[in-house]
Amino acid sequence: MQFMLLFSRQGKLRLQKWYVPLSDKEKKKITRELVQTVLARKPKMCSFLEWRDLKIVYKRYASLYFCCAIEDQDNELITLEIIHRYVELLDKYFGSVCELDIIFNFEKAYFILDEFLLGGEAQETSKKNVLKAIEQADLLQENFSSQSPHNCLSTP
Amino acid sequence: MSDVVEKTLTALPGLFESQTGAAKITNRLRQLIKSITELTSKHEEENLIKRELSAIKEQVSSPNTTMKQMREIMVRAMYCEMLGYDASFTYIHAIKLAQQGGVLEKRVGYLAVSLFLNEGHELLLLLVNTVLKDLQSTNLIEVCMALTVVAQVFPKDMIPAVLPLVEDKLSHPKEIIRRKAVLALYKFYLIAPNQVQHIHAKFCKALSDKDPGVMASSLHIYLQLIRESPDSYKDLTGSFVTILKQVLGGKLPVDFNYHSVPAPWLQIQLLRILSLLGKEDQSTSELMYEVLDESLRRAEMNHNITYAILYECVKAVYTIHPKAELLEKAARCIGNFVLSPKINLKYLGLKALTYVVQHDAKLALQHQMTIIECLDHSDFTIKRETLELLFRITNAQNVTVIVEKMLDFLCYVPIKTLTFAPDNSWFIQTMNDVFSIGGDLLQQDVPNNFLRLLAEGKPEEDDQLRLYAVESYLTVLKGHTSHLPQCFLQVMSWVLGEYAHLQESVDRREVIRLLTQLLDQRSVSSETRVWILSALTKIPEGQTDLILDLAESLSSSQDTVLRQQAQELRHLSQDSQLREWVLVENSCAVDSSLSFLDGFVSEALAAGAAPYKPPHQRQEELSLNLEPYSFSLPVSLSSCSITDRQSPTLLSVSSGLSGNSAELSTLILEGVKRVWGKDGYLPQKEATAPPVDEPSAAVQPASQQEAAERIEPRPEPSTQNQDKQQLASSLFVGLGVGSSVSLLGKSEAPPPRFRKKPRPHESSSSSGTSKRSSDSSSHSSRNTTDSFLYGSFPEEEPATSISTFDHTPKSTTANGLSQNKDTKEDRHANTSQILGGDMVIVRPSTIQDKHPPSVSSDLTALLPADLKDLPHSDVISLTSDPSLSLSSCRLFRDEALLLVIFISNCTETVIKDVAVQLTCEELKVCTGNVMDCLEARSTSVCHYALLMDDPHTNVSLTGTVSYQTQPGHTNTLPFSGTLSTADFIRPLVVTTEEYGKLWLSLSHDVKQNLKLLTDAGDPLRTTLNALKDALQLHVVDIIGSEGIVACRLLSGAPCLLHCRVNGAALAMWLRSPHPALPDFILYHCQRALAHH
Repeated sequence: MQFMLLFSRQGKLRLQKWYVPLSDKEKKKITRELVQTVLARKPKMCSFLEWRDLKIVYKRYASLYFCCAIEDQDNELITLEIIHRYVELLDKYFGSVCELDIIFNFEKAYFILDEFLLGGEAQETSKKNVLKAIEQADLLQENFSSQSPHNCLSTP
Repeated sequence: MSDVVEKTLTALPGLFESQTGAAKITNRLRQLIKSITELTSKHEEENLIKRELSAIKEQVSSPNTTMKQMREIMVRAMYCEMLGYDASFTYIHAIKLAQQGGVLEKRVGYLAVSLFLNEGHELLLLLVNTVLKDLQSTNLIEVCMALTVVAQVFPKDMIPAVLPLVEDKLSHPKEIIRRKAVLALYKFYLIAPNQVQHIHAKFCKALSDKDPGVMASSLHIYLQLIRESPDSYKDLTGSFVTILKQVLGGKLPVDFNYHSVPAPWLQIQLLRILSLLGKEDQSTSELMYEVLDESLRRAEMNHNITYAILYECVKAVYTIHPKAELLEKAARCIGNFVLSPKINLKYLGLKALTYVVQHDAKLALQHQMTIIECLDHSDFTIKRETLELLFRITNAQNVTVIVEKMLDFLCYVPIKTLTFAPDNSWFIQTMNDVFSIGGDLLQQDVPNNFLRLLAEGKPEEDDQLRLYAVESYLTVLKGHTSHLPQCFLQVMSWVLGEYAHLQESVDRREVIRLLTQLLDQRSVSSETRVWILSALTKIPEGQTDLILDLAESLSSSQDTVLRQQAQELRHLSQDSQLREWVLVENSCAVDSSLSFLDGFVSEALAAGAAPYKPPHQRQEELSLNLEPYSFSLPVSLSSCSITDRQSPTLLSVSSGLSGNSAELSTLILEGVKRVWGKDGYLPQKEATAPPVDEPSAAVQPASQQEAAERIEPRPEPSTQNQDKQQLASSLFVGLGVGSSVSLLGKSEAPPPRFRKKPRPHESSSSSGTSKRSSDSSSHSSRNTTDSFLYGSFPEEEPATSISTFDHTPKSTTANGLSQNKDTKEDRHANTSQILGGDMVIVRPSTIQDKHPPSVSSDLTALLPADLKDLPHSDVISLTSDPSLSLSSCRLFRDEALLLVIFISNCTETVIKDVAVQLTCEELKVCTGNVMDCLEARSTSVCHYALLMDDPHTNVSLTGTVSYQTQPGHTNTLPFSGTLSTADFIRPLVVTTEEYGKLWLSLSHDVKQNLKLLTDAGDPLRTTLNALKDALQLHVVDIIGSEGIVACRLLSGAPCLLHCRVNGAALAMWLRSPHPALPDFILYHCQRALAHH
């Protein structure tokens, strides 16, 4: 995977993860073009599009678009499921996640993503394991700041 | 900002109080986000962020800032960067945070580093020591964080420094550490392969790791290694096969299941590796046949994830040394993809076919009809993939058809390039290629759009583009020109005529010479000559001698148009005053609001003219009925009835029962059975129309089977179908064993008579498996994340046609050509184009005569007893041929419009297997009706209930009736008709009070002045009565000069009309909860009054 973008229906970027080295200018340009292209697509259209020499796989969840760029030989359907698994992870972590959770706790969303994908490849596909790792790091955080446990984690 | 955000913001304080600790720290972030959501403009946001960033700057440089505060600052900085603002001054602090902070701060610091810095960023060097230290930490979390950052951003030349430490981690007791280490090494391998060569043995250990996660991670490396040199890893084939077997056998922990499919990511990775290993290697391939077979068999559950695996499996089967049995199974799988109604799967199916036809071109044959349909698909992605597929099956016999299709496709290129063109020269160059290669095969709108793009640009911004075009065309014209397509020559001459003057350095004489030279060429068509001459006209004066010579030589031309133009040219070049007057130099100011027409408009409106409607509201109102003998149902509208046949392809996409159209509208079948069933109504001539026991029995077994095989039934008029079949045979010629053998796969193209939609119960049994399992899969996924994310799926947007650049001509220059290029008819008719003036000859479009309706009013007597009392329209003839004649009648039921079709046998013999099929694009309904036989001289009745959920001005119906006069000889008779919204409007009976309440609750309103009928007594009452008669409105009350009227769309959205006499006009104010309904009702009111 080359990069992953999360943006809202209004075209606001909510999360960006780049797995290939690109200049800031390039990143901004890509983001702008892609957001425009994806938002212009109709709901019944297929979730893939060819863009430059990449394949874009996107899916909309409520008001958020999840958008991944993969290479041509990669499998589009499994990428869709990667997106879905990430959403499931977010959902489990935040407890029925919504766009606001991601806006206000975007660093958490990044931590989860890093635990799930590493260097653009699926690192750990077991939901339990990913959340366990995050939980451990969070717990540490709690110990350090000696605060009560994060209530988001309490409910499965 | 979205409403959701705004609404939820008010609830925020509560939300955050419930969260604890960690949340408090990012309080400032919350304030920042909150204030951003309150802003209204981009400018305000910029100011706010600027302030925020300077505050951050101050804080980070202050010595008193604690690490904890720094962490919070860093999060804000990340947020600002995400919004697109530069916070590069914080980068160094991110590194410091990772270096000096506690675990808590480190985590944020590392995250910030990985987000801010690229692999090549120099600041990363400062991170190396921190990473080294953390890798050796006893705190697992710190080690994890260090490995994560190493696997994301790490300077290439510093790899040797950390490599030994990362290698060590491969034997770490914790699997999470081993896993991350493997991925870090994978990353190292990608950026510096030679540095990790020596640790292959360790990769091998990772592959045999007891933890499946670590093993799965090692496959990334192996895939890469094997891709580069498959031969070195053949000995591992057995291991990979064993692993895959274990995965398939469910030997992995349940945690690795994804929607009850065992470790799909792992499976796909293994399949990819196996296909690389087995490629062109029979003995290795033999090792994997069994497991591939099992994989194909296992992946039967109908969920995206199994399709993902299947796709990879099919690819593997076709990549390795072939085995007939597997190939056959894989080909079947591809069929499932291609025929799937799910567009994503269809796409994958096309992609798989594209891959597979390289090995076996015949496979494309089976799916040719699907491929043809995909060629016309509205989704660009699908279309592209289809062309890719066609490209692969090009051979000597079909090359011309395929290339033509590809050139058709080229017309999308310009539209796309408009938005993405990186620079002017590339754009012009690409367009030159398109024009010279595509040439006259291009659709006319390609050059039109291109010229419009040039013409509409702002003088300052786009002069460069124009200049470049001029320059490039001059170069082209100086070369060999005889092979250039006419449309390219036309484009060039227009551009030179308009913009040659922009280029100071260009000698005008040179331009004139080049253009004149073109005129001398034999290959140049007379139409192009007209373009060239008009270009010459526009080139500013001063070169009178050349022009006069030219005019002289042309004055004896055979072509009258050219002679005339030459004459004009001469006059213009001699009379500079006339010239100035005719050809206004450059940019005349364009009043784009057309305010100078205001007076005219209000006058026209007052006189009862229809108000202007933007194209999106207009729908098809303005297109002309170009189809001969097409029939329009509403007689009152026949003078300008619309049967829009421009996009027949849409029909083929509509599939009434394929699931997703259920919510749109339905065609109720109940009536059919009543007419034809045992206890049903029998028409007058009882003996001649025997009842049919079971309608479905009339469907022959073959057609049932077909219906079952066809996952997506595609009802379409047979003529269109024939077109497609023709196209298919030309596209797929040469692929079969003998190219003359029937090219249509049996299950692909049944004769039109069999194109009957499966009844609901049939379809559920035929595609039941797919339906059920997709239901269950979506259900299961809902269970896991049901609450929010699935709460609101994207709302369905009404299907609108893709807007093209058509029909918005703007003339920016004062000559006829800019209009000519948009007026297609002129070109087709080859009408002479008058130059210099603003005139364009517009041919009156001839409307074809309607088929004379042979109305037989007594047919209404045949209506079923329970329908007889309903208000109905006149019976009108739909179509007829010597043996059969069809008439129809509309019955207005409260909740639906009933369309009754009378089928009369005009012959003295029995007509068998009469099947009526009705399709309606806007209503997305279609159904079939088959009867065994129709006795001589008898008439049968069938009726359809039509529902309209979204108003359309006019709805066109098309259908076919097929029948057999002799066994085995099927005749098909197409028919079409139009329904108007007026047919779907029903009176809404309310009291004045109810009306008042309702009025206040409705949101969408439209106001308009209408014509007031003044011919009799009370103008208001007369007008309202006229409207009531024409449109079935309910007049609620009339008080003085005001009247209130109510109606609704069938039993759906109401529309309230408030009418007031305003001088000589009727001021009408319409309100409805439906955004488009008032417009449509207004439109019909206007029509009704105009026709009164």
